[in-house]
Amino acid sequence: MATPKSNQSRMYVPEPPFRPGDTPDYSHISVPTDHTPHRPDPMCDDHETVEHALKLIRVMRFNGETAGEWVPGLTPDVKRKMLKDMMLTRAMDDRMFAMQRQGKMSFYMKSRGEEAVSVGHAYALSDQDMVFPTYRQQGILIARGASMLEMMNQCLSNSGDPLQGKNIPVLYSFRKHGFFSISGNLGTQLIQAVGWGMAEAYKNEDGIASAFTGEGATAEGDFHYALNFASTYRAPCIINVVNNQWAISSFQGIAMGDGESFAARGTGYGLATLRVDGNDILAVYAATQWAAERARQGGGATVIEHFTYRAEGHSTSDDPSKYRPANESEVWPFGDPVERLKTHLVKIGEWDDEQHEAFAKEAKLFVRETYKQAEALGTVEHGPQLDDFTMFEQVYADPPELLLEQKEMFRKELG
Amino acid sequence: MPHMSMIEAIRDAMDVKMSQDASVLTFGEDVGYFGGVFRCTAGLQEKHGLHRCFDTPISEGGIVGIAIGMAANGLRPVAEIQFADYIYPGYDQIASEAARLRYRSNGDFICPLTIRTPVGGGIFGGPTHSQSPEALFTHIAGLKTVIPSNPYDAKGLLIAAIESDDPVLFLEPKRLYNGPFDGDHESPSVSWKGHALGDVPSGHYTVELGKARHVSEGPDVTIIAYGTMVWVAEAVAANLGIKADILDLRSLVPLDLDAIETSVKKTGRCVILHEATRTSGFGAELMSQVQERCFYHLEAPIRRVTGWDTPYPHAQEWAYFPGQKRVTAAVREVLEAA
Repeated sequence: MATPKSNQSRMYVPEPPFRPGDTPDYSHISVPTDHTPHRPDPMCDDHETVEHALKLIRVMRFNGETAGEWVPGLTPDVKRKMLKDMMLTRAMDDRMFAMQRQGKMSFYMKSRGEEAVSVGHAYALSDQDMVFPTYRQQGILIARGASMLEMMNQCLSNSGDPLQGKNIPVLYSFRKHGFFSISGNLGTQLIQAVGWGMAEAYKNEDGIASAFTGEGATAEGDFHYALNFASTYRAPCIINVVNNQWAISSFQGIAMGDGESFAARGTGYGLATLRVDGNDILAVYAATQWAAERARQGGGATVIEHFTYRAEGHSTSDDPSKYRPANESEVWPFGDPVERLKTHLVKIGEWDDEQHEAFAKEAKLFVRETYKQAEALGTVEHGPQLDDFTMFEQVYADPPELLLEQKEMFRKELG
Repeated sequence: MPHMSMIEAIRDAMDVKMSQDASVLTFGEDVGYFGGVFRCTAGLQEKHGLHRCFDTPISEGGIVGIAIGMAANGLRPVAEIQFADYIYPGYDQIASEAARLRYRSNGDFICPLTIRTPVGGGIFGGPTHSQSPEALFTHIAGLKTVIPSNPYDAKGLLIAAIESDDPVLFLEPKRLYNGPFDGDHESPSVSWKGHALGDVPSGHYTVELGKARHVSEGPDVTIIAYGTMVWVAEAVAANLGIKADILDLRSLVPLDLDAIETSVKKTGRCVILHEATRTSGFGAELMSQVQERCFYHLEAPIRRVTGWDTPYPHAQEWAYFPGQKRVTAAVREVLEAA
């Protein structure tokens, strides 16, 4: 059989609206201006949130005003701290990206454009809640007060790395900050989070689990296992889909086809569903707070789609200009999450350009100084380095004889 | 001392641990109200409550996934996969997640879960109810793989598995659930009643993971087996009238290397048995270990007797199964080698 040309075949393969060289135009994405999705009681029937899977919860208008039923009652101090945490996350990302380019580490993943999702989410959770993140929620660690030095040590796999070089950069594990060990196998953490939440319920404890996935990995079976089990056992958890439009080079349509929205995937499972402007940190906070309250009160799980945009490459190994227009991020209709919150704080007279500039400098300086401390503890290439024998540790609680034998073989190999 | 079938011993192990420790719970397909398709969990829901022993959706990836989350959160779940043949949708969660969680988090999170599942032929289950996939799991660092051959060991090993801080795959030879196996396919199944290995102490005891059982001692040949094949080994040795050193490994990871090495150095001859497919089976690992450790003591090439490299057939179940005829031929060959 002759291979049909794409335009001759009846088989359908979705394609993104534009490719490199095209002029990106997001006019097909409607930007709601009325800020109307109703805020139901968090213990409402799941059917009352069906419309929320298609609409978009927004709190901040582009002029910085807030409107609608979802406006959270946060003090200016808290909002300023949110802004600073987003700025710190971005400053760390920028520094680590540059350092990777200088060969100081093997790999890095930035979260530019998505800082509101992680930081806003973290602010709405309690300390006893366990987050099951992906590799683009470093903002949660920053917001929860994790040591940036320890984070950097992990990325550098240096002598101060809490994971002792066992895992690649960015795949953190910080139990003390309610941050579950990140897997590189996508989607697997979602169903584990449901189990964690079930265990909290079994133990009659108040904690909930909050799991993240990118929109691409919603195609994994684990996403569907998670939704099904969360529904079956009314597990106290939140399933967050960060729809940043791109899974490496595949646009979101490859994961979803012509589905209505990623949030809508929860509707058929009998779960509450919310779709939120992921570049509006106050909306992210409000949606998370609603879902957390529902989970804590026994109402079960909520699927939240965070509608956002991955403003940079998937990782340091990726060149997004090869598959999307170079200026695509600039025309993203929901703006930049840092600028959005800044505009709001300026509007309400709680922030100004000078303060912003000053903190941007302060963040940059802090990140630079912290990085210096980290580099003094070594990089993956330069000492001081980890003891190679640590690779044999923590494979088992009690290592089998064969593993101990291999450790001795390695000792002999070193001479 | 009460007599128990392997099913009863497995149930008793779970009952003992669930009575002792509120962090132990068990779940899987049909495990709750009905008590499991093999009845391994019968009565546990009634005794310990709906939230300690419950049914799950038909979703092996989901079952293992929630077990990992629970284990990381301080519980000791015992998840049942209805047949080992169904384990593959849960494979990623077992191999990539449960087995590696401790390592990748450098001990920040651990995963003390047990996955129970019936393995092997004996019920004419064809290619979808008869597999022995142990080799796919023994290759995975961070996971332990256990397989009992009798009720006494099954209870003690399962309690040890539940108490282990490592994830354990607990494989249950379904041919041995209701009674011992005389190695003859034509024989009707008999009850464990009256068999010494069916004498199972009540209450708590453990059988250490990683210690082989010396089924019989003898200078003629070492036969290394596990699960159902232990019984074939015994039958063959008895029929040939030889004094064989038969080892029941009981766990593949950890492996009792000392017992293997000591035995093969004593006999100089070694036959390895397993029911699973031959190529890249666990027998290949055992042959390598024996060759590396005992080469200068060997008086004959090591032989392994296994199932064929086919899916487990339905009508030809006993032609696939490495029964007495195949094992006898291999043992004879090894004994007769100069």
